[in-house]
Amino acid sequence: MKHLLTLLMGALMLIGTAASPPAGYEVGDYVSDFTLRNVDGKDVSLSSYAKAKGAIVIFTCNTCPYSKLYEDRIIALHKQFEAKGYPVIAINPNDPGQQAGDSFEEMQKRAKDKGFTFPYLQDASGSVARAFGASRTPHVFILNKEAKGYKVEYIGAIDNNHKDAAAADQKYVEEAISQLMSGKKPKATTTKAIGCTIKWKEA
Amino acid sequence: MKKILLIAAFAFFAFAPAAMAQEVKVIKMAELEQLLKEPQEGVVVINFWATWCRPCIEELPYFDKAQQDYAARGLKMYLVSLDDVEILESRVKPFVKKRGLSSTVLLLDETDQNAFINKVDPQWSGAIPATLILAGKERRLIEGKMEPQELTALLNKYTAAP
Repeated sequence: MKHLLTLLMGALMLIGTAASPPAGYEVGDYVSDFTLRNVDGKDVSLSSYAKAKGAIVIFTCNTCPYSKLYEDRIIALHKQFEAKGYPVIAINPNDPGQQAGDSFEEMQKRAKDKGFTFPYLQDASGSVARAFGASRTPHVFILNKEAKGYKVEYIGAIDNNHKDAAAADQKYVEEAISQLMSGKKPKATTTKAIGCTIKWKEA
Repeated sequence: MKKILLIAAFAFFAFAPAAMAQEVKVIKMAELEQLLKEPQEGVVVINFWATWCRPCIEELPYFDKAQQDYAARGLKMYLVSLDDVEILESRVKPFVKKRGLSSTVLLLDETDQNAFINKVDPQWSGAIPATLILAGKERRLIEGKMEPQELTALLNKYTAAP
């Protein structure tokens, strides 16, 4: 009977997965290291940031209008926080087979045109995005380095006004990092925002 | 009974003209919340889309067709655009006209997305397209693009007589 119930539960969960967002890290989880290719052709890993106190991992892309709206704000976040130990690591999880504008060459162009000073990594298989549980672009994960590894402290949006950075009265990422730097936990740990669905590579 | 009539009358006056004239009505969260309530009868489908969202645009035709196919079975389809209200006249209205959408098209004018996404459904991450199906006490959120057969299967299920 117990087996039957387990089976039934399993079946129900399988049915459920079609609709629910992919599982992934939650606030408080430690993340596994990853290695992805940067637009300069070199591999970048989380573990290669020896001096960092944490990282601002942002799943974003070339093609999503919401990502474009936030591009300048992403550049500003890196300028503001890299020296303080929290660099931006941008990751493009879209399958270029489905979204030609997100090919490696197009990513290189974008990074050059916009003058990205942070890595812009390609995750064409979507494996890192799946591990994180990213569902949209842009989607931010703030990590804080501890003795045990990088811990997720915030998941969500950059701020609360996509139209106008100056009009945003809640700058979630800035506030979370300021709080982490002063040894506190972020007040807001998860926020939501509209974004583009990730164009997952089909298995 | 009187209450139902009132609701029906309200629904007719609020939405019927929009459907006939293919207008796009701008709504705020309070109006969306009315739609999110447990339907008194039939099935309510709310599809969140935007003109800039390619997978959304790909699925709009069969959502719009479903409105016609399932209307007799009590389906009410609301296509809720999340485009910025600033481009209502320049982009959203021409798009709706060009595509000949016959379902009720609304534009949700709310900037504080973190506030409204959870009200729609705590399961929703905010990625679009996203579709909410309301049938009696049942609620089902589908995040991401649906294939026509997925939509048909769900509509057959929820519009089936209890």
